[in-house]
Amino acid sequence: MNEWPLWEIFIRSQHGLAHKHVGSLHAPDAAMAVRNARDVYTRRNEGVSIWAVKSADIVASDPDDRDALFEPSHDKVYRHPTFFPMPDGVKHL
Amino acid sequence: MTHDEALLEYTLRLGDTDVVLAQRLSEWVGHGPIIEEDIALTNVGLDLLGQGRMWLAYAGEIETRSKGHGRSEDELAFLRDAGAWRNAQLAEMPNGDFADTMARQFYFDQAHLLLLRALAKSADARIAEIAAKAAKEVAYHAERSADWVVRLGDGTAESHARMQRALDNLWPYTGELFAADAVDRMLIDAGVAADAPTLRAPWRATVERVLAEATLRMPAGEWMQGGNGRGGRQGVHTEHLGHLLTEMQFLQRAYPRARW
Repeated sequence: MNEWPLWEIFIRSQHGLAHKHVGSLHAPDAAMAVRNARDVYTRRNEGVSIWAVKSADIVASDPDDRDALFEPSHDKVYRHPTFFPMPDGVKHL
Repeated sequence: MTHDEALLEYTLRLGDTDVVLAQRLSEWVGHGPIIEEDIALTNVGLDLLGQGRMWLAYAGEIETRSKGHGRSEDELAFLRDAGAWRNAQLAEMPNGDFADTMARQFYFDQAHLLLLRALAKSADARIAEIAAKAAKEVAYHAERSADWVVRLGDGTAESHARMQRALDNLWPYTGELFAADAVDRMLIDAGVAADAPTLRAPWRATVERVLAEATLRMPAGEWMQGGNGRGGRQGVHTEHLGHLLTEMQFLQRAYPRARW
């Protein structure tokens, strides 16, 4: 079992739109990863859809780059769509 | 034999097989080869226990309406000795190693799925209802155990050898799953029971297909355990059931009427 790769599991709940990361597990291949995810992470009716991704395939941003990557967007208020006057009678926008 | 007498026997056969196999699977708790499999195996066991409870509860009701007094599902599960149990012998076979457990599960799941899908059309409304619900759970069990047989068969030399040996050893216990005695015949004629002998061919086709994919050899041998009316379903059991029930029933027998 030491050779089994690690998989990250994402579950979309019945009332959700996005798959959320719920944890990880080991499995020998993709089909078993989905099966194991069903058994480990949906026992309590947590969801209706499973995504399994090999942990090794996930590319993540480097925490050391956090300032360079994300700081500049803190004070660019013009990028937010909040300056349009909404006409009366327009709902759900 | 009245219809209710036959129906009582039939529902006990269904429930007892589920409960005994659930008890076997519960022996894997904490001993699974990996945490994910520990959870998966015991999930299957819990599913089977839930189904067993539904069948035994119905059996108790049939007993009550036909004899005036009947046993609860708990009394049926914890107060009967081995000779009164009606599970198929395959269910009481020991867990052995992981290949033995998966071979037993694979043989059983494929037959169980066919059986439940047939019972979902039973003329008995309660049987149809229980079977329809259980079939959804068992569809998953059947895929799972087939997946394992393929991976173990088409795996390493060791897993292949163990899987082949396990399938060969348990082969003689599969015949009982497709037997029909007088109890079955009466209920088959009434449209209540599944016609088990007709399920053998589709079961065999599935087993052949999965074993071929797993690069395993189909076991040969015509002789089956439990023939001539001496099967687990008639109350004739192997040496294993007594020990299994000893563990399962110990608490209730030692402290009668104990409650959580």
